Amino acid sequence: MPYLFDTPKQRQHMLHAIGIQHVDDLFAQIPPELQLKRELNLPPAASELALQQEMEQRLGQGGTSLKTCFLGGGVYDHFIPAVVDEITSRGEFYTAYTPYQAEASQGTLQAFYEYQTLISQLTGMDVSNASLYEGGTAVSEAVFMAMRINGRHQKVAVAGTLHPEYRQVLETYFARLGTQLVELPHTNGVITSETCRAAVDSETTAIVIQHPNFFGCLEDVAALTAIAHEAGALSILAFDAVSPGLLKKPADYGVDIAVAEGQPLGTPLQYGGPFLGIFTCRNEYVRKMPGRLIGKTTDRKGRDCFALNLQAREQHIRRDKATSNICTNQGLLALRTTVFLATVGPRGLKQMATLSHQKARYAADLLTKIPGVSLKFQQPFFREFLLQTPRPAAEVLTALAEKGMNVGPDLARFQMTNIDNWQNCFLVALTEKRTRGEIEAFAKALKEVT
Amino acid sequence: MRNQTATQLLFEMSKAGRGTIVFPETDVPPVTSIPAIDAEHLATELLPLPEIAEPDVVRHFVNLSTLNMSVDSHFYPLGSCTMKYNPKRHERLARLPQAATSHPYQPEDQIQGLLSILFEMQGMLAEISGLPGISLHPAAGAQGEFTALLTAAAYFKDRGEKRTRVLFPTSAHGTNPASAALAGFECVQLAGGRNGFVDLDELKSQLDDRTAVFMVTNPNTLGLFERDIAKVADMLHGVGGLVYIDGANMNAILGKTRPGDFGGDMMHYNVHKTFTGPHGAGGPGAGPIAVRDFLAPFLPAPVVKYDAAKNWYSLSTPAKSIGQVRTFFGNVGILLRGYFYIRTLGGKGLREASENAVLNANYLLSQVKDFLEVPHGDRCMHEFVASARRIKEQTGVTTMDIAKRLLDYGFHAPTVYFPLVVEEAMMIEPTETESLETLDSFATALRTICSEPADLVKGAPHTTAVCRPDEVNAARKPVLCWSAPEC
Repeated sequence: MPYLFDTPKQRQHMLHAIGIQHVDDLFAQIPPELQLKRELNLPPAASELALQQEMEQRLGQGGTSLKTCFLGGGVYDHFIPAVVDEITSRGEFYTAYTPYQAEASQGTLQAFYEYQTLISQLTGMDVSNASLYEGGTAVSEAVFMAMRINGRHQKVAVAGTLHPEYRQVLETYFARLGTQLVELPHTNGVITSETCRAAVDSETTAIVIQHPNFFGCLEDVAALTAIAHEAGALSILAFDAVSPGLLKKPADYGVDIAVAEGQPLGTPLQYGGPFLGIFTCRNEYVRKMPGRLIGKTTDRKGRDCFALNLQAREQHIRRDKATSNICTNQGLLALRTTVFLATVGPRGLKQMATLSHQKARYAADLLTKIPGVSLKFQQPFFREFLLQTPRPAAEVLTALAEKGMNVGPDLARFQMTNIDNWQNCFLVALTEKRTRGEIEAFAKALKEVT
Repeated sequence: MRNQTATQLLFEMSKAGRGTIVFPETDVPPVTSIPAIDAEHLATELLPLPEIAEPDVVRHFVNLSTLNMSVDSHFYPLGSCTMKYNPKRHERLARLPQAATSHPYQPEDQIQGLLSILFEMQGMLAEISGLPGISLHPAAGAQGEFTALLTAAAYFKDRGEKRTRVLFPTSAHGTNPASAALAGFECVQLAGGRNGFVDLDELKSQLDDRTAVFMVTNPNTLGLFERDIAKVADMLHGVGGLVYIDGANMNAILGKTRPGDFGGDMMHYNVHKTFTGPHGAGGPGAGPIAVRDFLAPFLPAPVVKYDAAKNWYSLSTPAKSIGQVRTFFGNVGILLRGYFYIRTLGGKGLREASENAVLNANYLLSQVKDFLEVPHGDRCMHEFVASARRIKEQTGVTTMDIAKRLLDYGFHAPTVYFPLVVEEAMMIEPTETESLETLDSFATALRTICSEPADLVKGAPHTTAVCRPDEVNAARKPVLCWSAPEC
């Protein structure tokens, strides 16, 4: 049933006021030959009760409740405090829209201003926007922004250790524009200064690096950034949103634009979305930034308040000259992130990052004691690492799933042929949620299946 | 009741050293066999994030929420945005385990239920649009536009055609030209006819073998059905071009007519508008696209396919796919809410929802046209565009003033100053989930405002916590981040 309110008598009153006999008269605007002469062929309307029961059947089992989750690849099964769901379930937040009318949206606007500040504190970067779609598009938007800044459109140097889906999005975005994506090949899982220096020149708009990278290894971001800067290129860093709890902040490496997938900070997995793209940069580039920005200002009576700022960059004003075609931010996810960071605070985030790291080290230690199983790269890692086993990874992962644990993704999923023995490699990710018992059970299971 | 201290910032509430959330102590022993992180990579101090006790976090955000207008609390006739009721049942259903906690790299055999629903959603969107090729992948309407344009570009390239121009009327949403530019096309803007429709002669004069796509919103942003849309489509097809339908206004025509039946080759849906995925204070949305069969091989990856013989759902990549435009499958959480909505209404219910949306808009139009100019006639689809031009000439009161004054009466403002083709525009979309009583009280408020003293209206809003932020100075010297006061 549609959510209708009016009684037949009220409808008659409305039709009369309009001056028509029947609702169909209003659709006379549509030429008759274009009108659909039948009902849409869709399943019949289901009651709330029937739909609830059916969906419990179809969606009630599964997700991370089904198996122990050691899955990574840019999306992680972190703990989400109950406060986050409680606050973001408030209709005043989730049924509002873009805060164009500042007076009717101070709650949203202040929360986004707080989001921008929290992300600046997390990254050390001067400015954060109010979020983009997700991590992958944030990387592509960063490259567009670099092009606006230095006017170079020919080349982008992309780390071979970048998330393959980020790389794929870059290819889709830039293929038509004739921009060359120059891959920086890795050496033992990381990009060396020599490789970077050889690939970056005066036509390169930016280098795109990930740290910790897709394989979990740590890049020498400061050195790579210095090389980019020497060539007049920008340094774009995709970082792990939890990593500043333990590792240096993006700004400490001197990067120009830092982006991240924001999911690990309070957003559920939801089979890949909606998430949010964290997007930050240096102050001097703020007017080249994509996406929504909230600013503090004063009202007519001199009271502090918040409003959309620098809208002249955006599509509803600048149209084809806009810094991006993006119309919205990921408002509700930005709110989730804001509540999450306010709740866990700096000590909570440090604990999260530290526990994830310790558990990852413990898991790696146990797993690599299994004959034939080894770390693909002998490198330090944060909370994720690439494991090599004697058997094809696809078989191993299927066997592990049967034993109750989800692990991966494997490199075969992305056809990552730039790694030798790639068919036998897969990622293992740990969060604070994994217990010693679960890790030991995983090691036992892997031993049985290799 | 509003708490007057609500506007303190999180950062002003922080006290260094306050114990916040505590995770369990580590339960794993230290290991030495694994390379340790170099000191150069480790943080040397605690992040400067605020430290706030949980009860204060809760009170802070609950109080902030009271400073918002929302669909749950207010009539929100924001034109082009379809601010209809967001059914609560969808929220509970979207939290079911497989929907909420599936990892994007989880094996397919564990998510057959979810994939089967996404597969059904593809079929339902194909039926509603009359266009068989569906991609649920794009994150929002604007990304849907961009994705469809890349799909079209790949199609032309495959045919060995070099088409560089994308056309659209002045009344187009700003995202249309922005998406076309991002996709590498040349943007050509048509002035449009004086009566609010696409000017066929003007369109004809711009069409040639460089034409790739004509982007048009239908019903258009004036709330009018483009009555010549079939001719427009014929003209485009005649020169080998394609018609893109911006689906922002689908709420007017569900079950009444279909983009595929009136000549559209591609379109996007805004699930957060038409199918009640909540707007979330500015997102997330979901912007699935629907295309003709000959464009389907170029759609982005992945799509869900079904093998009836094995009764198995899996992800697949179309034969000549443009690739991914974002990570992972799509905004599944929002797509599911759209699915729940379609399942709850069925074909008949969707048609009735559109009928009521159009009825409500026309009723409201009939109630305001005697005191507010409505330049494009006394019939509309699901929304109409009024103008305060006359009032501004007479009293100096502008559309913005009226919009702000409406807030005092407890109504969210309409969309203002859009579309660009109407002076002092006020775009009003009541949606189908508002009662006659609400529409009447809104019309009464609008009527009252139009006869109020100019000073009173120009000083509005008077009852909100703030009044008319200074956006000019804010842009001159942007303050986008709180910083600790120097002491």
